[in-house]
Amino acid sequence: MVTAIAPETTYQKVYERPRILIEVHTHYCPGCTHGVAHRLIAEVLEEMGLRERTIGVASVGCSVFAYNYFDVDFVEAPHGRAPAMATGIKRMLPDRIVFTYQGDGDLASIGMGEIIHTAARGENITVIFINNANYGMTGGQMAPTTIPGQRTTTTPNGRDVRRSGFPIRMAEMLATLEGPSYVARRSLHDPKNIRLAKKAIRMAFEAQARGLGFSFVELLSTCPTNWGLSPIEAMQWVEEMMLPIFPLGEFKVAPELKGLRV
Amino acid sequence: MARELLKGNEAMAEAAIRAGVEAYFGYPITPQTELLEYMARRMPELGRVFVQAESEIAAINMVYGAACTGARVMTSSSGPGISLMMEGLSYIAGTEVPCVIIDVMRGGPGLGNIAPSQGDYNQIVRGGGHGDYRVITLAPATVQEAIDLTVLAFDLAEKYRTIAVVLTDGSIGQMMEPAELPPMREIPRTRPEWAVTGAQGRPRRVLTSIYLDPYEEEKTNRRLLERWRQIQANEVRYREYYLDDAEIIVVGFGIAGRVALSAVRAARAEGIRAGLLRPITLSPFPYGVIEALCRQAQAFLVVEMNAGQMLDDVMLAVARRAPVVFYGRMGGVVPFPDEILEEIRRIARQPPSLEGDPREAWFQRLSLVR
Repeated sequence: MVTAIAPETTYQKVYERPRILIEVHTHYCPGCTHGVAHRLIAEVLEEMGLRERTIGVASVGCSVFAYNYFDVDFVEAPHGRAPAMATGIKRMLPDRIVFTYQGDGDLASIGMGEIIHTAARGENITVIFINNANYGMTGGQMAPTTIPGQRTTTTPNGRDVRRSGFPIRMAEMLATLEGPSYVARRSLHDPKNIRLAKKAIRMAFEAQARGLGFSFVELLSTCPTNWGLSPIEAMQWVEEMMLPIFPLGEFKVAPELKGLRV
Repeated sequence: MARELLKGNEAMAEAAIRAGVEAYFGYPITPQTELLEYMARRMPELGRVFVQAESEIAAINMVYGAACTGARVMTSSSGPGISLMMEGLSYIAGTEVPCVIIDVMRGGPGLGNIAPSQGDYNQIVRGGGHGDYRVITLAPATVQEAIDLTVLAFDLAEKYRTIAVVLTDGSIGQMMEPAELPPMREIPRTRPEWAVTGAQGRPRRVLTSIYLDPYEEEKTNRRLLERWRQIQANEVRYREYYLDDAEIIVVGFGIAGRVALSAVRAARAEGIRAGLLRPITLSPFPYGVIEALCRQAQAFLVVEMNAGQMLDDVMLAVARRAPVVFYGRMGGVVPFPDEILEEIRRIARQPPSLEGDPREAWFQRLSLVR
């Protein structure tokens, strides 16, 4: 049954596109969660009033064009080097908000040295780490976060840990260091977890804004195209296959951040 | 300012500071480590940025990030470290942001040794990183020149939004000699109109080296080339010694050029009309000057501490209009003036012909050297 709406009804806007998110179509595949991650970052930056103070550092991978989607100053880093570039920017402009946006091949493989040392220095930047268990842009090769048994184009029979080693848990590893103020892993596979992910991103930027040092949010993400799954199956795959290997939670929270309601 | 006894590496560091360098990012490697250590002490003293990076790869990318904010920034290293920086150099060139790099060359290839060498000429002058780009390359022969060229490197890098390299070697880096430092410059408060600083009251800015559309990438390459043509037209620098009536023209850069000058003076004392051309800018290379010298040259003698890397550029300029002879020492060996004098004498006694490959002839003579 269709209910007619009285013409005098006025509507209140309760939810809208964050202005920081530029109104263009993204190049991401259907069902990919990069778009969700982008939106969460844009919402947080907007809510915190940081548009004019923020400098983003894009990396190499599917998110290489992240700078096309955020209405803030941006640079594009060589593969894996975003934390080093962010260090250079932040040291010159300590009162600006600097964040990197990196995938798992970029951050946990070729950029392992840069991420560890940037975290160890307690560099006052925020890192958003997209973990989708494979190299997306190059067509689905094994990443450091590929789970045992997972088929990729370079592990056609599934990741054999005897030959290809084990996945790396970045959040847990970085949380062992003194430098970071906030380290969390969240997932983008359902609305509840997306809300938690936004809170983690907010905490991370709050940590930077308060000058507490390095903050890091790992986001479990989908890659339906390269996983060979539908968008819905990909969400289920995150829940069933990735969560047991990559547990969610906050692994480090600086005392100054405890009790902060975001 | 008075002349003081200064060590090359420290003198270049202080020169950079006085030229207004706002950030230094580096990593230890002999024979340039004193530069890093000097910066570690001086930069924080002045409230400027110093970071010891975890690798040369990180160091150059910190330089890249800092350069994107429009600040005066630099790093320094030696061969093996410079090799690691090549990725960053290519990106910096592609993004068209300025920076200064000091390469204190050592013996190679591989880990090589820590003795002075000129083996990185091709790596720096011919590009080194991937893609089509050129860098301004300045070669000092004294500590004073190392100071002056470090300052010049910053000015040229900013003027042309390019990379400027001071290509020197372990002997200049390590030697002490009297030199005068420039006065301290003020750091400019304004930032260039392309700098990424946070989009406060203006549209956002993006700095990148990716142009997915080949036509856009070609435009970028054309822009780089146009800038390089201006650099070639305006920035060629060299020093001449006794060239007015010279018949034997020695060409050498950096410390090899300095050693060759002693040989040229000794040859003059013997009545041999020798002269020296010492390129200061290895890139842009003084092709025109060498071309003009062909009219008076009985022969050119190229002296380098490598297997003949600048030799290729000299031969391009000479284009078979005069004979070219090569003398090189490799692997970190510095030639003595006597060795070069003996080459000059040999050319004077028996003028060489246009025939033959100078590198091959040198290689055959080298078998006689211990």
